[in-house]
Amino acid sequence: MGRTIIEKIIGEHCGKEVIAGEFVVADVDVTAVQDGTGPLTIQELQKINLEQAKNPERTILFIDHAAPSPRKELSNAHKILREFSKKTGAILSEVGEGVCHQRLVEDYVNPGEILVGADSHTCTSGALGAFATGMGSTDVGIAIALGKVWLKVPETYKIVVTGSFPLGVYAKDLILHLIGLIGADGATYKALEFIGETIEKMPMTDRFCLSNMAVETGAKAGLIASDETTREYLISRGREDKFKEVFPDADANYERIIEIDASSLEPIVSCPHTVDNTKLASELGDVKVDQVFIGSCTNGRIEDLRVAAEILKGKKVHKDVRLLVIPASREIFLKSMREGVLQILVEAGAAINTPGCGPCVGVHAGILGDGEVCLATQNRNFQGRMGNPKGYIYLSSPATAAVSAITGMISDPREVFVKFVK
Amino acid sequence: MVKTGKAWKFGDDISTDHIAPGRLFHLRTNLPELAKHVLEDADSEFARKMSPGDFVVAGSNFGLGSSREHAPQVLKISGVNAVLAKSFARIFFRNAINIGFLAIECDTDKINQGDELELDLQAGIIRNKTQATDIKITPLPEVMIKILNDGGLAKHIEKHGDFELI
Repeated sequence: MGRTIIEKIIGEHCGKEVIAGEFVVADVDVTAVQDGTGPLTIQELQKINLEQAKNPERTILFIDHAAPSPRKELSNAHKILREFSKKTGAILSEVGEGVCHQRLVEDYVNPGEILVGADSHTCTSGALGAFATGMGSTDVGIAIALGKVWLKVPETYKIVVTGSFPLGVYAKDLILHLIGLIGADGATYKALEFIGETIEKMPMTDRFCLSNMAVETGAKAGLIASDETTREYLISRGREDKFKEVFPDADANYERIIEIDASSLEPIVSCPHTVDNTKLASELGDVKVDQVFIGSCTNGRIEDLRVAAEILKGKKVHKDVRLLVIPASREIFLKSMREGVLQILVEAGAAINTPGCGPCVGVHAGILGDGEVCLATQNRNFQGRMGNPKGYIYLSSPATAAVSAITGMISDPREVFVKFVK
Repeated sequence: MVKTGKAWKFGDDISTDHIAPGRLFHLRTNLPELAKHVLEDADSEFARKMSPGDFVVAGSNFGLGSSREHAPQVLKISGVNAVLAKSFARIFFRNAINIGFLAIECDTDKINQGDELELDLQAGIIRNKTQATDIKITPLPEVMIKILNDGGLAKHIEKHGDFELI
């Protein structure tokens, strides 16, 4: 019987063929924690006298969620990560280097590998044909110390996407559509495999966006077969030698198959307070925005910032709106500076912040006031997510966000595209 | 092991932001302090009014969202006996078991706010003493029972020096 991508990868990491439903202990290639979860990881390891890293050069400690630190307690939490790095040789990703998931795909994770990270959006790296999943501090701590993790091999949902996106519709709209379709727990414990002609033609940046939000369906992973696009990406990152073909067998067993025609999609917005509460931007009615955030591990890549700049060029952000832009990594920050993208955004009225998670986690850099509305390109809109349970968070593509920053209302980018882009 | 306590009802999709809000990120290295805010953004009275031994009873997809292990940690530190829910988000479920905290899947529709509950793990049932009904619980996979019996994953590894699960 054929195997899905995740069955193949897990099998290769536990020395036998596996099928969905089996429990295994598997070797882990890359481990990661961030400043919100890592201190607890380290404290748990200290408690059992296991403060060690099995593969320090592939253990990365990211300071990205509260970076730079807005409070002394968090500065002290950061110190715990820095000290662990010194003690074990684990790699430290400092303030300003960027969001962990972007940094992981840029420099650390390769096709066919297993990554466990103490952050739910670790699934982002699945776009490289890796099995990447988020776990808690203790699971990842044990994986750091021993290089192993226990796993249940998940069943897979095959997401087949065909057709081309209409103007103004992006990968973000596709993934929001899927989440709205199957619900926030529609794929709990399952793996998603994105496949089909649309995915094959998709640039890596869009693939990362899809895999990033797999967890918003409850899924354990969001995988995409590696191909020439993956190889090109690895070449651009100086890791051509790490390319490996990873693909499902033709007769692999899927628990469910979902087909989506990308050409029929429209711009979509997730409404408060769950990601699966999706509506078409065109049917939303009048929603005034106080803050627009373009950034995060979902949509803070150079391609996203270019789309925003294209829309905002020569325009001004609405007087009642503050626009926050955060490149997801230092490299993206530099690239957007060199290309003049940041210049355009700043001239339009955007405030630029340090590469990292920014306001998405509600710690700093754009916490909402009572009753305020934010339209964000991030992946979550739970009540309280942006630091205030009395705030309202909507999610969209960078194009919808940029257009809305100009109009001051959540706007269908297709309607205003012509008006603003020309 | 039989545990009794009062039911605190919550709805579907209680996220880790409801349980351990991101705005209290700075308290993550001070779990007893963070626990004073447990479930604050779902019910601001809960932390003050609950008694150790009580049960959190929710609908589907409890604990969705962030991977923060602090969420089950603060429930455990507050003295919550167990969370009963129709279903759990994957990471929360794993985290709960890993820290030796009970996350129990069962039909929670027939439990009302304030009901007296008794959890009998051996028998695999929740006895709703207020309503005199028994609710079957979904058994945990064997791997998770081993982790629970050792008091959590860290203690399991401390005891065996490696995974002794499969």
